[in-house]
Amino acid sequence: MSIRNLFTLIVAGAGLTLAGCSGGVLDPKGQVGMDEKNLIILCTILMLIVVVPVIFLTLYFAWKYRASRDFEIYTPKWAHSTKIEAVVWSIPILIVVSLSVITWRSTHALDPYAPLEGQGEHLTVEVVSLNWKWLFIYPEQGIATVNELVFPANKPVAFKITSESTMNSFFIPQLGSQIYSMAGMETKLHLIADEPGTYKGISSNYSGAGFTGMKFNAIATPTEDDFEAWVASVKQSQTSLTSGAYEQLAEPSENNPVTYFSKVDDGLFHNIVMKYMKDHGSMDFYNKPENAAMGEHHAMPEMQHSHHQEDAQ
Amino acid sequence: MSLLGKLSIEAVPYHEPIIMVTLAVVAVVGVVIAMLITKHKQWGTLWFDWITSVDHKRLGIMYIVLAMIMLLRGFADAIMMRTQLAMATNGAPGYLPPEHYDQIFTAHGVIMIIFMAMPFMIGLMNIILPLQIGARDVAFPFLNNLSFWLTAGGAILVNVSLGLGEFAKTGWVAYPPLAGLEFSPGVGVDYYIWALQISGLGTLLTAVNFLVTVFKMRAPGMKLMQMPIFTWTCTWANILIAASFPILTAVLAMLTLDRYMDFHFFTNEAGGNSMMYINLFWAWGHPEVYILVLPAFGIFSEVISTFTAKRLFGYKSMVYASGAIAILGFIVWLHHFFTMGSSANVNAFFGIMTMVIAVPTGVKLFNWLFTMYRGRLILSVPVLWTLGFMVTFTIGGMTGVLLAIPGADYVLHNSLFLIAHFHNTIIGGAVFGYLAGFAFWFPKAMGFKLDEKTGKAAFWCWQIGFLLAFMPLYVLGFLGMTRRLNHTDNPDWNIWLYIAAFGAFVIAIGIFFQLLQLFVSFKNKEKLNDTTGDPWNGHTLEWSTASPPQFYNFAKIPHIKDIDAWTDMKERGESYQRPENYAPIHMPKNTSAGVFMSMSFTLMGFALIWHIWWLAVVGLVAGIGVFIKRCYTSDVDYYVQVDEVERVEATHLSANTVGGRS
Repeated sequence: MSIRNLFTLIVAGAGLTLAGCSGGVLDPKGQVGMDEKNLIILCTILMLIVVVPVIFLTLYFAWKYRASRDFEIYTPKWAHSTKIEAVVWSIPILIVVSLSVITWRSTHALDPYAPLEGQGEHLTVEVVSLNWKWLFIYPEQGIATVNELVFPANKPVAFKITSESTMNSFFIPQLGSQIYSMAGMETKLHLIADEPGTYKGISSNYSGAGFTGMKFNAIATPTEDDFEAWVASVKQSQTSLTSGAYEQLAEPSENNPVTYFSKVDDGLFHNIVMKYMKDHGSMDFYNKPENAAMGEHHAMPEMQHSHHQEDAQ
Repeated sequence: MSLLGKLSIEAVPYHEPIIMVTLAVVAVVGVVIAMLITKHKQWGTLWFDWITSVDHKRLGIMYIVLAMIMLLRGFADAIMMRTQLAMATNGAPGYLPPEHYDQIFTAHGVIMIIFMAMPFMIGLMNIILPLQIGARDVAFPFLNNLSFWLTAGGAILVNVSLGLGEFAKTGWVAYPPLAGLEFSPGVGVDYYIWALQISGLGTLLTAVNFLVTVFKMRAPGMKLMQMPIFTWTCTWANILIAASFPILTAVLAMLTLDRYMDFHFFTNEAGGNSMMYINLFWAWGHPEVYILVLPAFGIFSEVISTFTAKRLFGYKSMVYASGAIAILGFIVWLHHFFTMGSSANVNAFFGIMTMVIAVPTGVKLFNWLFTMYRGRLILSVPVLWTLGFMVTFTIGGMTGVLLAIPGADYVLHNSLFLIAHFHNTIIGGAVFGYLAGFAFWFPKAMGFKLDEKTGKAAFWCWQIGFLLAFMPLYVLGFLGMTRRLNHTDNPDWNIWLYIAAFGAFVIAIGIFFQLLQLFVSFKNKEKLNDTTGDPWNGHTLEWSTASPPQFYNFAKIPHIKDIDAWTDMKERGESYQRPENYAPIHMPKNTSAGVFMSMSFTLMGFALIWHIWWLAVVGLVAGIGVFIKRCYTSDVDYYVQVDEVERVEATHLSANTVGGRS
């Protein structure tokens, strides 16, 4: 009974998700997501090599050796067999060794910090999670948006990510990997959309009352020209993102509408990342006269990446 | 500054009908219970035989009662969440605004892990472990009582938060900066901190107590590699507790300093770094899940070998596999946050270490399989839970390994796939194990067996309900649904949310059957009576005692020659032998020091939560005062005289000699 239910559900689930009409992580629209989907499928199949026999043997042995079948062989004192022990240790070891090789390679290949190879120049977008909305700054275009992310399809995007306040996770399920946004730190993520379309973006790390509303559309335009046209339309906006406007934006708010900013103060993203570092400087060490001169320079950019000490490959 | 700190009448959420009705029901039930106790004049029994008891068996029962009450509370939270998510689709807000909903999912996690699973596990360990190693009690009986009351004190604080103030709205992990003062200025996180600190101290003391018990108090002849497998897995769990709970204590202490004294360990500003909290939290949090599941593995081993009437296959493998899991459990914590941006080398290392744990776990599964092989399996309720576990947990293990692959975790992290995975292992692993142990050892603890029919009904509702409630979450994870959402707006998700909610109600029927089972069994106590003390033809020493065991456990400590010590004694014809003479038995006296100390510290915790500083000092001083008084009490023990031992033993032996034993 239970097992039949289980398989019905798994088959139904797999059927629905693999049918490709789902818009989830098994329906990827970019190279990174595609690789991750294939990785999931490959590893699942490898593990099923052990999982299916274990489930089958559990039910089979429970049936075959149940007490009412007293004609079966019964060996109450049999409790050790070197042969069986060797087999039951080596099968999981073999599977895990092969999974480990896959893991080592795929983890390096899918390093979110590494620019996407052979895809040409990346578009840079700076991402800031605020309570409770996403701010996207386009440093090369000099514009910014709230809760809408637009980029050309087939052009890799380099995201630099930070947070104004609490921790969130920047995630567009159909494009692949997610990365945390953390205040006072800059994390990185590289994604690409292979097809134009509108993909759902979310925060996938709970960050308080308005967290559910931290949604945005990630729009991959068919061509670069479409993207440029969109940039031009953003530039029509009356508002610009000065540091004063940013302070206002940073106030907690929920379910924010899409907002465009035609201009952004230079170095806003840098200042958001660094603002806590500066506070740190002014509080103790740099206040002493003999160290004051070092003040500004000492908020080392390396500190942002202290958790990512090795260079991305 | 008010004498009551931040506490005022405003702290009572009288505008929340759900909470007020709940409180009213709790109050009515409490009054009814109090009236029944008064009517049957049981207050004395309750105080002298239970609350102040230092008997490990009674403390074990109290732990399990606590666990079951907390199961009901935690499950009520679960069903509220599932109904909220089933109602709040297509942009509808549902009936629980974030203000309330966020407390519910936090409370659900904290209660289920800290106040349901841990007490259940520790309760079973309390009842059984000393019996299995032929000890008369634990090494430090008073400490054992104190540990229980500290755990209960933590549970009390969590539940007080329902009616006074609020609980944390941070998720059960309470990550800063969200859990810091800036983003959580209310008392919720403080409830979380003090509930975990007080109960965590109790858990740590339990681990120390049982480690000393196992290393110093085994019956003569019992080598370490002859300890029953449940005792072994509990021992590994206790080693993990002793090594990991201090980390939790320290990290919570740092969060406390941040919140109370303007420190900056984990704040955004002034050089704080929340990543340190996250690392330290999981350096405790990951071992914690093995603390929960290892004893369950031990229970399954005992159940399978008893009900197949066979020796456990690969005992040594089982012991070493448990040890490997315990040690590896310490070097995998980073897999909880691959998405934090560590380098590929770091992520790959922790991913591979996590997968390595699948090896000893897989070995255990095969060993249970080969224990069934050529056995005579009786499909009793404990066996059903075990078989259900073997099927369910295997799936949970597979999805766990999948999440351990950083490349897969990058898209599955924090999704409902993760929620499905850990419920798959914690329910399908730990909880099924405790419920198997509950049915298995119930006659030992209470003197009568549990009703089979309702027990089987409960199992099937749990098993089917579990699959219905959590398999859809795997699908939802693949569909891109993340955890802790308050409402959704994606038509593709709806059907799976409905199925999951339905599954939760099927589990509710399972829980109902369990309560019914207890009721029916108590009613038919006479018929289900276990006069022999050995209802399942058990392998280990706990079955050599009466049911419930003599309060001193063993009149004469047996000499151990085999892993399955009791089977060995039965085969040699050494069971139920009246020794030539009995000696007086040295026993600890009951004490009220544990409950007074713990309640003082709980009061201190409550006062600290509400910033009632004078009361915190009173609580602290009272707690330490009781402890000092206890230290200077010399009247802590007594001897059970030979004639009493003879009388008690004669009853047990006569039940098992000709005529008594069928």
